[in-house]
Formats: sequence, C-alpha cells, structure tokens
Amino acid sequence: MINKIGSSMAEAVSVVKDGDVVMIGGFGSSGIPLELIEALRRHAPKDLTIISNNAGVAEEGIASLLRDGLVRKMMCSFPRSKGSVWLQKRYKEGSIEFELVPQGTLGERIRAAGAGLAAFYTPTAYGTLLAEGKETREFNGRGYVLETALHADVALIRGEKGDAWGNLTYNTAGRNFNPSMATAARTTIAEVKQIVEVGDLDPEAVVTPGIFVDTVVLQEGLLDASA
Amino acid sequence: MQALSKEDMARRVARDIPDGAYVNLGIGMPTQVANYVSDDRHVIYHSENGILGVGPAPAPGEENPDLINAGKQFVTLLPGGCYFDNADSFAMMRGGHLDIAVLGAFQVSASGDLASWATNDLSEPPAVGGAMDLAVGARRLCVLMKHCTRDGEPKILPECEYPLTGKGVVNRIYTDLAVLDVTDSGLRVVELVGDNTLEQVQAVTGAPLLPPES
Repeated sequence: MINKIGSSMAEAVSVVKDGDVVMIGGFGSSGIPLELIEALRRHAPKDLTIISNNAGVAEEGIASLLRDGLVRKMMCSFPRSKGSVWLQKRYKEGSIEFELVPQGTLGERIRAAGAGLAAFYTPTAYGTLLAEGKETREFNGRGYVLETALHADVALIRGEKGDAWGNLTYNTAGRNFNPSMATAARTTIAEVKQIVEVGDLDPEAVVTPGIFVDTVVLQEGLLDASA
Repeated sequence: MQALSKEDMARRVARDIPDGAYVNLGIGMPTQVANYVSDDRHVIYHSENGILGVGPAPAPGEENPDLINAGKQFVTLLPGGCYFDNADSFAMMRGGHLDIAVLGAFQVSASGDLASWATNDLSEPPAVGGAMDLAVGARRLCVLMKHCTRDGEPKILPECEYPLTGKGVVNRIYTDLAVLDVTDSGLRVVELVGDNTLEQVQAVTGAPLLPPES
C-alpha cells in the first residue's frame, strides 16, 4: 500500500546530506515551505547548494540557512528583496558562491530536468552579461542561449492539501516554483496545511500528481514552537 | 522645462493601454499604471509569480498570505482570473503571449537596448527577476522612467553603459518630459510634455532625436 505521509518534518529532512543540492519552492513570502526549512536548519547539513527564486528576508527561511553557514552556493533570480541581509552579508564577505539566473531560465532549467531534457535554447539574456561564456545559436534570425537542465538531490516544496499518494493542491499564487521543483529532484518532500483521504481531492484540481512526490508532511507548528 | 509628476507619467502610459490587452506591469512606478486605466477598458493584468486577472489590494485584514504580486504586495484576484505555476507564467512571458509590458529602466539606448537590472557596482549581489524574460517576450515593451538621473545625467544614450536586460527590445519610452518611439531610423519624438521644445528635450538626451512625424 502506498503511504507517503511522513511522521515529522525532522524525519523528512534527515535525508539531506552534506553537499546536497536542495531546491526550495516559493516566491517572495508566498508558497515557501517554512517548516521544512526550519527542520533543515536544525538538521544542519553543510555545504548545501540552494536553488530558489529568492534568498529569504530577515532571519526567515533561506536567510536562516545562510546565517547558520549551511550554504556553500546560492542560485536564484532575485536576491535583493527588502531585508535580504544574510545573502548580502555572505555575498560581500565572499563566503558563498552566487549564481544569478533570470527567473524564466531558472524555472525552465528546473522544468527541463524534471522532463528529462538535457538543455534548451532560450532568447532570454541573449546579448547580456548573463549569457557570457554560454553557447549561442541563431534560429530564424534570432539569437538564443543554450541553458542546461538543473537537477537537485532534494526538493522542499509547499502545498495546500496532500494525500497519502502524494497528490497536491496549492493555495492561490503559492504554487509558483513548487510544481516544477517537485519533478526535478531525486527526493521531493512536500509540507502541507491539510492531509486528506486518498480519493478526496478532485482529480481535475490536482496540480502536482503524486508520482513526483516522495513524502507529504503535515505542518506541525515548528516555527511557533521554536520561539 | 515642464515635467510630469510620477502620477501623471503613469496616467500617460495608461492612456495607451488598449481594451482587451494582457499586460504585465513591472515593479515600482509601472505598477501604478493600473490605477489610471479607464474603467471602460477591460485589461487583464499578469503577475509573473502566476496570476492572470490581478485585482486591487485587499481590504486590511483580508490578505491571503500567498496571494501577492511580483513586487511582493498583497493583491486580490478578479472574477475570471486564475493561478498557474512558474513554467506556465514564463511561457506566457517568453512565448509572446503578453500584449504589453511596462518596465522601469536605468538606461535605454537609441536602438532600444534596455538596462534595468544592474549598475556597474558589483559590490551588491545583482538581481534580475523576470525582467530579461519580459524584455524578449512581450509583444510590445514600454519603458516608464524619468528622462534623467537624479544628478541630471541623461538616461537615454547612444549605447547603454550598464549591463543589458535585453538587446533592441524597447518599443516606446515614456518619460516626465516626452514620449519617444524606437524606430529603425532612431528615436522619434511622439509627443513633448507641455510646451517643451525638441531642442530642450534633445539637450538632456544622450542620443539624437527625430522630430514628430507630421
């Protein structure tokens, strides 16, 4: 019988090892698996490569991983949200590697990995600094940049409802990078607000099919408890 | 010289947003354009984080923590609106499905190169977000910016000095002094604000301006 319900946040993130590549869903303050990130921070693996759209604000989320010195490399599209102090600090002191990727290219590299594609040509960033050193090619008179697929060891994502088969729904714009990251990692762990019985989710409304998800963990108030 | 206020600049762009358009408004001043589009036009706003049909800010206390726009402000969804993931959102942007994008800029060149994401100061981590995807993908790319920097230096130049967001991507520039079109023969004045003359605006523009087509 398939049962992907995890017993705790701590147990779920214990699969993350030193040096792993970890994708983390979310956009700004929306759709971030904050409890999984907190559990990861407590688990404290070293030398992580973190792939996410932003780099966390204040002491929250990815910012807390940067603060605790768990991150060797950060890949994102927009690390300069108001209050992204830890990314700025680590960047300025040169203690992390930083790779800036245009948002659509970041998303498509993740999507390509999940879809079994090695690389793709995109017009985004053609003729700019972010295409320097990359292979380019013309198609129908227009310039394109070759970008490669981006895989992860583990993806931490956040859904709204999940079931024991790993099927997920999302809350409004909380979807963002979560569905594509679910496809691109060897192990995908989803934090959800509610767990429902298999068969209760409207099949037309399932956004992430369970095949892409390994573990579903119910929010347990980890951040409230850590105060 | 007469200069439009920020509100009037946004109002001027709004006048050119046609009925039925799918529109993406960049962070900052461009976001204000939505406030001035006349009610008799039905415009659908796209937000890169996965929304079509973005509505106004929610009433205090009614915020949904996950329902934000690209500028990370709380928004609402209009009836008929929908949500989608990053891949679909950037397919809309990169794939030429958006009619108009309005972005801010540091500099624009005579040939429509856009510089909007980084200065030459690399002591701060650079951030690009979705600007490069919009730059190549929107059917029509409009820039909304002040004509000059705070120090009075021209932002419209023969070539951009800052790193590019996209090459030859801008169609029209709206500033506090004028509206300019990027054409094959160069920058053409569409209109001048108030009684501003071509000579006055040319004096604060780094690239040659062509007179309005009569």
